[in-house]
Amino acid sequence: MGVPWRAVLWRAVGGLIVLWAAATATFFAIRAVPGDPAQAVLGGPGSQAGPEALAQVRAEYGFDQPLWMQYLRTLGRLASGELGTSYSLHRPVAAVIGEQLGGTLLLAVLALLVAWVLALAWLLATTRTRGPWNTLGSGVELVAAALPEFWLAAVLIVVFSSTLHWLPGLSDNTAGGLALPVLALAIPLAGFLAQTMRGSMMDSLTAPYSLSARARGERSTGLRLRHSIRHAAAPGIALSGWAFGYLIGGSVVIETIFARPGLGRTLYNAVTIRDVPLVTGIVLVSAAAYVLVTVLAEIVGGLVDPRPGRAAA
Amino acid sequence: MTNLALLASRPAERPRRRLDPVALLACAFLVFLLLCALAPGLVSGRDPLAIAPAEAFSPPSPAHWFGTDESGRDIFSRLVWGARDSLLIGVSATAIGVGLGLVLGVLAALAGKIADVVTSRAIEVLLAFPGLMLALFLIALYGPGVGTAILSVGLSTAPGYARIIRTRLRTVASSGYAETARILGHHPLRVLLRTILPNAIAPILGIATLGIGQAIVWAAALSYLGLGVKPPAPEWGAMLAAARTYITSAWWMTLFPGLFIVLTVLATTLAPRLLARWGARA
Repeated sequence: MGVPWRAVLWRAVGGLIVLWAAATATFFAIRAVPGDPAQAVLGGPGSQAGPEALAQVRAEYGFDQPLWMQYLRTLGRLASGELGTSYSLHRPVAAVIGEQLGGTLLLAVLALLVAWVLALAWLLATTRTRGPWNTLGSGVELVAAALPEFWLAAVLIVVFSSTLHWLPGLSDNTAGGLALPVLALAIPLAGFLAQTMRGSMMDSLTAPYSLSARARGERSTGLRLRHSIRHAAAPGIALSGWAFGYLIGGSVVIETIFARPGLGRTLYNAVTIRDVPLVTGIVLVSAAAYVLVTVLAEIVGGLVDPRPGRAAA
Repeated sequence: MTNLALLASRPAERPRRRLDPVALLACAFLVFLLLCALAPGLVSGRDPLAIAPAEAFSPPSPAHWFGTDESGRDIFSRLVWGARDSLLIGVSATAIGVGLGLVLGVLAALAGKIADVVTSRAIEVLLAFPGLMLALFLIALYGPGVGTAILSVGLSTAPGYARIIRTRLRTVASSGYAETARILGHHPLRVLLRTILPNAIAPILGIATLGIGQAIVWAAALSYLGLGVKPPAPEWGAMLAAARTYITSAWWMTLFPGLFIVLTVLATTLAPRLLARWGARA
């Protein structure tokens, strides 16, 4: 089962179309704000923008030109990786994002990995064909998935930081500093992943090939590790694009709570002072990341799924 | 042959006739929340905004079940009175999401090939603004507030509904009875309104109930960030935000509003099971 390059190419083209549409949507959303568009870019009607700043924004965005010219200009600038200037930080948006992206990616990738490990370990431990384990297993998943990450973060801080003093309540890039924010993001996600995969894991355990594997003398654990897990993983991997989006969105809350530098906290600060260029830039970059991860997840899903003819279909 | 024999030997799943106690509890909690939203005075006689500095930071006690906050306001009564805001936001956001999802889903499923491709792409574009991203973008443009929160949470949930509705409609539209209605020469609109939608709507309502919980969490997250309902209004997310300063000294201020949110999400997740069982029996 090699990589089906033609299907991958088509998915990539589809992803580019989605990105173009997303950029178009943000362009027209900004222009749909009533009043002076330059004022809207500089923080809305209540902002203290001076006349020079307004004139500079008008020139940069070409607000005196016809709408279609502005649109083409915006698309052209986006295509060359230019995201405009943040008026609150007085720096190019692309540079700010480049600086902050690493910390958030580290957080998101670690949380995704931890969530997968937790979900798979939990499934391997609690999926049985009969008995009370399944009920307990799915009950815990349900509760985990229902936990709002901002509340879970607060509870984790109370328990592990201010009561037990095991881990710091503020986050940095050390293992100890990452533990709490990663867990706060990973636990609800693990609940979602396990919920999604439990059904296919159960189906796989009672499938004919599992019975024949057991008849060949395969032990229960071996069956789970060698056969069921691959079947179970397919719907979970399909969810990974969504999961990554959830993590990027969750990083806004988590980075703010743990006073951790990153894209999410930058976005939060930009939203509170209504720095539209910076907000737009971060939203578009995260949309691009989402599209990329979704395409990757489809390719990986096709490779992992043992059923024939499923490769990136 | 052997496979068929194996399949046949699997115990058939017997439909359970007992009432699911967990789903029943979930429904009871939802009824309680509804009562809180409609008539909070009946559930808690205390004023959620009444300040009593002498009683500030009281831990949970018979007088104040969930303790008091930094101004001595009773947390239980604030949670009860806050149910109205949270439910209102959750229900209206879900209504927007399901409404838009229904339009997109119907177009994608039934309006022909080209409409399907276009709407499916539109759904994907909405999905590319994950979770809170769309909400934060709209808030940056139009300013924070309850209206923006409802609209943006509704928009962010719409693509999910649209996908589910599209799949469900396709299944119903290709069913025997829908085919029969078409062969009988009924107008396509009549087939859609009288045959397809009534048969597709029950599971969609179940998913919408589930979505209300999710919408409440997102709205609470926005309020937590100070971008939704503003304090001193007793909204659950805003209460959690206010509790952050006192997280080490007054844990009850953090614990109970969060528990209310979690219980609401659990209830909206589990209640549809009961509804589905009733639907299956009818």
